[in-house]
Amino acid sequence: MTRRVVVTGIGMVTPLHPTTEGSWEALVAGQSGVGYVTRYELGEDFPVRIAAEVKGFDPLLYIDKKDLRKMDLFIQYAVAATEQALEMARYRVRPEEADRVAVIVGSGIGGFPMIEEMHKTLLEKGPRRIWPAFIPAVIVNMAAGVISIRTGAKGPNVAPCTACSTGAHAIGDAFKLIQRGAADVAIAGGSEAAITPLAIAGFAAMHALSTRNDAPEKASRPFDAQRDGFVMGEGAGILILESLEHALDRGADILCELVGYGLNSDAYHITAPCADGDGAIRVMRMALQDARMAPEEVDYINAHGTSTPLNDKIETLAIKAVFGDHAWKLAISSTKSMMGHLLGAAGGVEAAVCVLAICHGVIPPTINYEYPDPECDLDYVPNQARRRDVRVAMTNSFGFGGTNACLIFKRYED
Amino acid sequence: MQDHREIEQKVVQIIAEQLDKDPTQIRMESRFIEDLGADSLDVMQIVMNLEEAFGIQISEEDTEKIRTVGDAVQFIAQYMSRSASA
Repeated sequence: MTRRVVVTGIGMVTPLHPTTEGSWEALVAGQSGVGYVTRYELGEDFPVRIAAEVKGFDPLLYIDKKDLRKMDLFIQYAVAATEQALEMARYRVRPEEADRVAVIVGSGIGGFPMIEEMHKTLLEKGPRRIWPAFIPAVIVNMAAGVISIRTGAKGPNVAPCTACSTGAHAIGDAFKLIQRGAADVAIAGGSEAAITPLAIAGFAAMHALSTRNDAPEKASRPFDAQRDGFVMGEGAGILILESLEHALDRGADILCELVGYGLNSDAYHITAPCADGDGAIRVMRMALQDARMAPEEVDYINAHGTSTPLNDKIETLAIKAVFGDHAWKLAISSTKSMMGHLLGAAGGVEAAVCVLAICHGVIPPTINYEYPDPECDLDYVPNQARRRDVRVAMTNSFGFGGTNACLIFKRYED
Repeated sequence: MQDHREIEQKVVQIIAEQLDKDPTQIRMESRFIEDLGADSLDVMQIVMNLEEAFGIQISEEDTEKIRTVGDAVQFIAQYMSRSASA
């Protein structure tokens, strides 16, 4: 018999607020975290000058000043979200169980800001001026590394790097580790901080981003007929997962149970989803099967919903294929309408949204939903949060490379 | 050319900044790792910052000999007087 796995803490650093509570409040209020890029001067020649930046983040609340230069921003966000999650779970790693505590925290891109800065230094001042801590400050697995050093977690330590599915894969893989007994506790999720000139120029060159520079807060509009691309976001989303037994033994407050995980590949195209929704359909079915659950049991889907023309159309088609008539009874929303697309952190924060939706019985809306698209004709909880009892919530993540992940959370019932 | 006192102050300032310490906590006999809590990457960064601030080059061999704040000051003072007399 496999072990049950529960969620006991969540931590969020998002473009809406650098804390979980603040982010949730803004999500329920339907606020947009999108604006003009402030950290860099982007000239008129940039086709995209908007993003969802994290505002008001003070790393010194979590990290000593002397250590900041050894951690690019995505590591700082991951540390902050982890501290919040551990605080909520009222959990600290005890030395006697340290090797039973896993850290699975990935990033889609890693330390873009410092890579760009150091490359400038290389060109202007030469190789002898590159910081000794540069490499450890930018490599993708260092969020997981730093978290283990700070918390004392000595169990499995890995960092998925699966583009926009990273956070969901981290949580799903941690779930399976605990389920099969390789760990009792996991700190799991994703982190991203890649809103830089080079990254923006790169995503813009793919025509993946919204160019609605004149109205940033309207730019991320998943499932709306006038959607024209995603908006880059940043931040971190971390969950504390525990075996049910471990959580009960220490008298933890259980937020919900993690019951299903699907993961697969499109084997189709480096960036485009397959036209018939094949990968998305199979990954949702795989998660349902893993949860031993009928489609009709799902109340809410936090969609991948990027606001690109193709994703939202094909995700809708896939949901219909998996859920049949129930597709119209489900509540679906894309919180990317408010937070932008957090790339490698998206799966982490969106899993946290599912947990909170179950806890509060409230579904955050899809904002900027104004013009119906005949190909997107489901209930996307437009513009206003909705009170609805949520027993089961699913979250989808689809990454470049055709890598997909799906998680299912369920209210904890003994 | 800077006198010994000026070099001392500048070195202390650079170290204080890198390790986020109050300059008054830094003495000439303070060892980087044992007394000031630096790690090996910090020491390399400090050496790099000293090179940049004083416009000098410190070889790997010399870096290994610099263990205390005073070692760094002395090295820089000697380097400067050598290059001044050259």
